[in-house]
Amino acid sequence: MVDKVVELKNVSMNYHTLSGETKAIRNLSLDINNGEFVSIVGPSGCGKSTLLSLISGILKPTSGSILVNGEPVTGPSSNLGYMLQKDHLFGWRTIIKNATLGLEIQKKLNKKSQAYVEHLLDEYGLADFKHHYPKQLSGGMRQRAALIRTLATNPDILLLDEPFSALDYQTRLAISEEIWLIIKKERKTAIFVTHDIAEAVASSDRIIVLTQRPAEIKNIHEIHLTCNIKTPISCREAPEFRHYFNEIWKELDVHV
Amino acid sequence: MYSNEISKEHQAYIKKYKVRRTSIAVSQISLLVLFFALWEIAAYFKWIDPFIMSQPSRVFKTLVKLTADGSIFTHTGITIFETIVGFLSGTILGTIIAIILWWSDFVAKVLDPYLVVLNALPKTALGPIILVWIGGTASSIIAMALLISIIVTILNVYLAFESCDEDKVKLLWTLGATKSQVLTKVVLPSSIPSIISVLKINVGLSLVGVIVGEFLVSKAGLGYLIIYGGQVFKMDLVMTSVLILAVAAALMYLSVAWFEKKLNKMR
Ligand SMILES: Nc1ncnc2c1ncn2[C@@H]1O[C@H](COP(=O)(O)OP(=O)(O)O)[C@@H](O)[C@H]1O
Ligand SMILES: [Mg+2]
Repeated sequence: MVDKVVELKNVSMNYHTLSGETKAIRNLSLDINNGEFVSIVGPSGCGKSTLLSLISGILKPTSGSILVNGEPVTGPSSNLGYMLQKDHLFGWRTIIKNATLGLEIQKKLNKKSQAYVEHLLDEYGLADFKHHYPKQLSGGMRQRAALIRTLATNPDILLLDEPFSALDYQTRLAISEEIWLIIKKERKTAIFVTHDIAEAVASSDRIIVLTQRPAEIKNIHEIHLTCNIKTPISCREAPEFRHYFNEIWKELDVHV
Repeated sequence: MYSNEISKEHQAYIKKYKVRRTSIAVSQISLLVLFFALWEIAAYFKWIDPFIMSQPSRVFKTLVKLTADGSIFTHTGITIFETIVGFLSGTILGTIIAIILWWSDFVAKVLDPYLVVLNALPKTALGPIILVWIGGTASSIIAMALLISIIVTILNVYLAFESCDEDKVKLLWTLGATKSQVLTKVVLPSSIPSIISVLKINVGLSLVGVIVGEFLVSKAGLGYLIIYGGQVFKMDLVMTSVLILAVAAALMYLSVAWFEKKLNKMR
């Protein structure tokens, strides 16, 4: 198994529109290791979503190279799973039909993969909701269903783009804990974009702080929290938590 | 005690609502009865000329006569058939063209001004041309109905396709979907409500096309009865046909609305 699962080398990305050129990412190099949980924080509009789109292969960088599992990225690959801001479950499909969407698209829907999705739904508390429609589920359950849709194609690397930002604070705290546990249990590598510093510190092995647009790496923090049970909620009690939080807060340099 | 008071208040609210609903229904029916009664009386006392304005009792007699010889069923059936074929083919063809526009942004941009002009053009003006090209048959009438509904369908369905949630489309790209998968898995299903509401508009539009077509072709259908009745000054026939047309139009609209409701319940 490759140790570096994602490698970005001198990646730059410019958008072109009639109103002008937007430099979103400038000369960014970054490695992500197998099994790591890495958070990316940065001012809004700095290029975080762009970065994930580049890694996922739905966008091509203007310059530089991106490798996933040692191979250059040429387009969307089933090694990567993408989770967006909202759950985007389709209202006209049942939960199980939503969860198998990726398999259906990649023409990998068979007895075995169907059984795997059923297993995931059972395992993560959606057993009784398989044949329900998304609007019959709570926000937290929908987010879990969206994660299962992402896990269904069995990717090694998950790209999460502010996946909880549409939820209220209470639900968000609970669901981010749950999803963190699922990601760890399924032994996935996670690249997690968030604007919530506390969430990032509590759940990550490493935090990448980006600059204003065009995004460059401002700093990288290795997070070591002393807590008995290592889960995001209990890690919020760790003595080092405030220290990391304040450091990153200062680096983000938010002016209101 | 307190909750009891609330429930009384709520009962009063429900009662008030029901009374209001009943009084609306009663007023609606009374208005219709009053209209026909006034019309009958006015004609009876010769305040209006029943030869020109017709009269409910004469309309009723005509209706009985047309039912007896069965011609009413033939003509109504033909009009309904042409309308249904017209609006279904208008909706289906329009949707197919909208898919082509969605598929190729270039084609959409090129055709945009033509669609705008065609949409603004009163399609009935093309009636005589269709008559000459296709001939005085039911095909001409259906073509007329199709022509009237297709442009609106293209514009509305294309708009629905374009307003499909960008992130849902992005989700499909990240899963490695092809363009035709994006179309069939997200864009089409999320546009179904818009397509159904277009169907509802098209019932009315296509009926306009059919009636104009029947005026021109003058062989059969309610439109033919109306134009024929007008030409030979049989106003009873004209009024009867118009009334039947109103009922048929309402029934067709209501069945599409019912279908829409059924479909929305499923989603
Ligand atoms: N498709 C696009 N075309 C042009 N500009 C874009 C496009 N997508 C994003 N941008 C611009 O690139 C910058 C970075 O966007 P994004 O990656 O979404 O930021 P973030 O996720 O950090 O908020 C923003 O200024 C945004 O306006
Ligand atoms: Mg973003």
